[in-house]
Amino acid sequence: MERLLIRIAKPLVFGLALTPFFWLLWRLWTQDLGANPIEELSHRSGDWALRMLLLTLTVTPLRLVTGWVGVMRFRRMLGLFAFFYALLHALVWLLLDQGLNWEAILEDLAKRPYIMLGFSALVLMLPLALTSTRGLMRRLGRRWQTLHRLVYAIAILGVLHYLWLVKADIREPLIYALVLMLLLGVRLWPKVRTAWRAWNPALFPQGVEISSKRP
Amino acid sequence: MLIRKPDPITAAEITDPELWKQRRHFLRASLVSAGGLLLASQVAARQAGETIPGVSKSPFSTEEKPTSFEDITSYNNFYELGSDKQAPAKNAHFLKPRPWTIKVDGACNAPGEIGIEDILKRFPQEERIYRLRCVEAWAMVIPWVGFPLGALLQRFEPRASAKYVAFTSLYDPEQMPEQRRPILDWPYREGLRLDEAMHPLCILATGLYGEILPNQNGAPLRLVVPWKYGFKSIKSIVAIRFTEQQPLTTWSQLSPDEYGFYANVNPAVDHPRWSQKSHRVIGAGLFAPKRPTQPFNGYAEQVAGLYAGLDLQRNF
Repeated sequence: MERLLIRIAKPLVFGLALTPFFWLLWRLWTQDLGANPIEELSHRSGDWALRMLLLTLTVTPLRLVTGWVGVMRFRRMLGLFAFFYALLHALVWLLLDQGLNWEAILEDLAKRPYIMLGFSALVLMLPLALTSTRGLMRRLGRRWQTLHRLVYAIAILGVLHYLWLVKADIREPLIYALVLMLLLGVRLWPKVRTAWRAWNPALFPQGVEISSKRP
Repeated sequence: MLIRKPDPITAAEITDPELWKQRRHFLRASLVSAGGLLLASQVAARQAGETIPGVSKSPFSTEEKPTSFEDITSYNNFYELGSDKQAPAKNAHFLKPRPWTIKVDGACNAPGEIGIEDILKRFPQEERIYRLRCVEAWAMVIPWVGFPLGALLQRFEPRASAKYVAFTSLYDPEQMPEQRRPILDWPYREGLRLDEAMHPLCILATGLYGEILPNQNGAPLRLVVPWKYGFKSIKSIVAIRFTEQQPLTTWSQLSPDEYGFYANVNPAVDHPRWSQKSHRVIGAGLFAPKRPTQPFNGYAEQVAGLYAGLDLQRNF
């Protein structure tokens, strides 16, 4: 049953994750990207890179909350889609926005903090994408996990990149920041709780503390 | 006065006029069919889409081909109607630009009020095809209809003590729904030095493409200062005041190191977060390279004299 679900759900999620890409292509083809198509392509690909990244970070908390281990099978796919949209976002910037004007590109990279943040996020994603195969995962063992903790830094860089470029109305980037804080907070919460109890054991009855200890 | 010849423009960048006319027909048709209610409430007043009679040509116009009507009216920075570029066109129906009165006071001998229909009647309307350079590094060419700001200011007899002119946009969350949220310090405020305001290039616009100004472009009356970044050209003006002190302006109040009082287009002074050396021309196509930005947006010959002796790096 679980197998069957995965066999159907995986291609479904794959298709869904590609929908924004094909939607952008369709709008490009039908010239429906508005007055500033380059900006539109750039903003929408950036949106989806961030959304995929946040979805990737939702997988583990979802497993903890629902107890459904099967959800882990979507993590790599979502992570790779985050990389896909981030790469698309960078290519729109390099090829269409800057027109491969290397002088301008290097100047922007050096002088504009928000571009530097976004670019670092992309560069950090590269090793994660390259080591995402099952073989390398097995071969790297514990080191794989350490390496892939980079995803937290990448997400923070990505959200700051968005927050920093907005002129005045920061509502949207703030929503991403809040979701990210929530997703990171969920991971930190058990550690915070343990630390707090260790620091002030008097507040907690003995039995509860022992039973809450994590392996 | 010397009129600078504009840079040549390639054929690929020009929108076929037939194309934008078709789009306008489509836009108007959909407005008419969807806007029955709107029409009922605005019978007597002139509205967007109506031709402004007796518009004369101006030697101040650039020979560059105007951006399409569709792009000019669907890609707007007008935060009162929404902070993304498409929102002002969608929310344009909230704004009721008729009837409309502009109050003029401060350091002048004849303070008073003037209605928008009166303005259209009293001041000969000209077509001014101007480049518009947004601080966000994009640009358009817009065939405004309007008249020199100086002509209106003189009517109210500014005193010798008047050094600046302060402008205020409408504050009315019913008509400008985004004013319910504190994105900017509402109402929007802008200002010019009096000599800038009196410069013949500086106009108040009442229309574009020969027609009454669409709401999303700042109806019924907006400032156009073609040598300054677009945010100086305040929309939907309700008050003008002559002042002795430099007035507060909305964007420089929000972020003084990013937006100055002068805000003259200047490729040599970058915005702290992006370059101002070049800009994207709206409507030029996906693969058109950015174009180099000119000092004072290409109007240096006419206006650079206003800033003789002023450090433009510091007074950005």
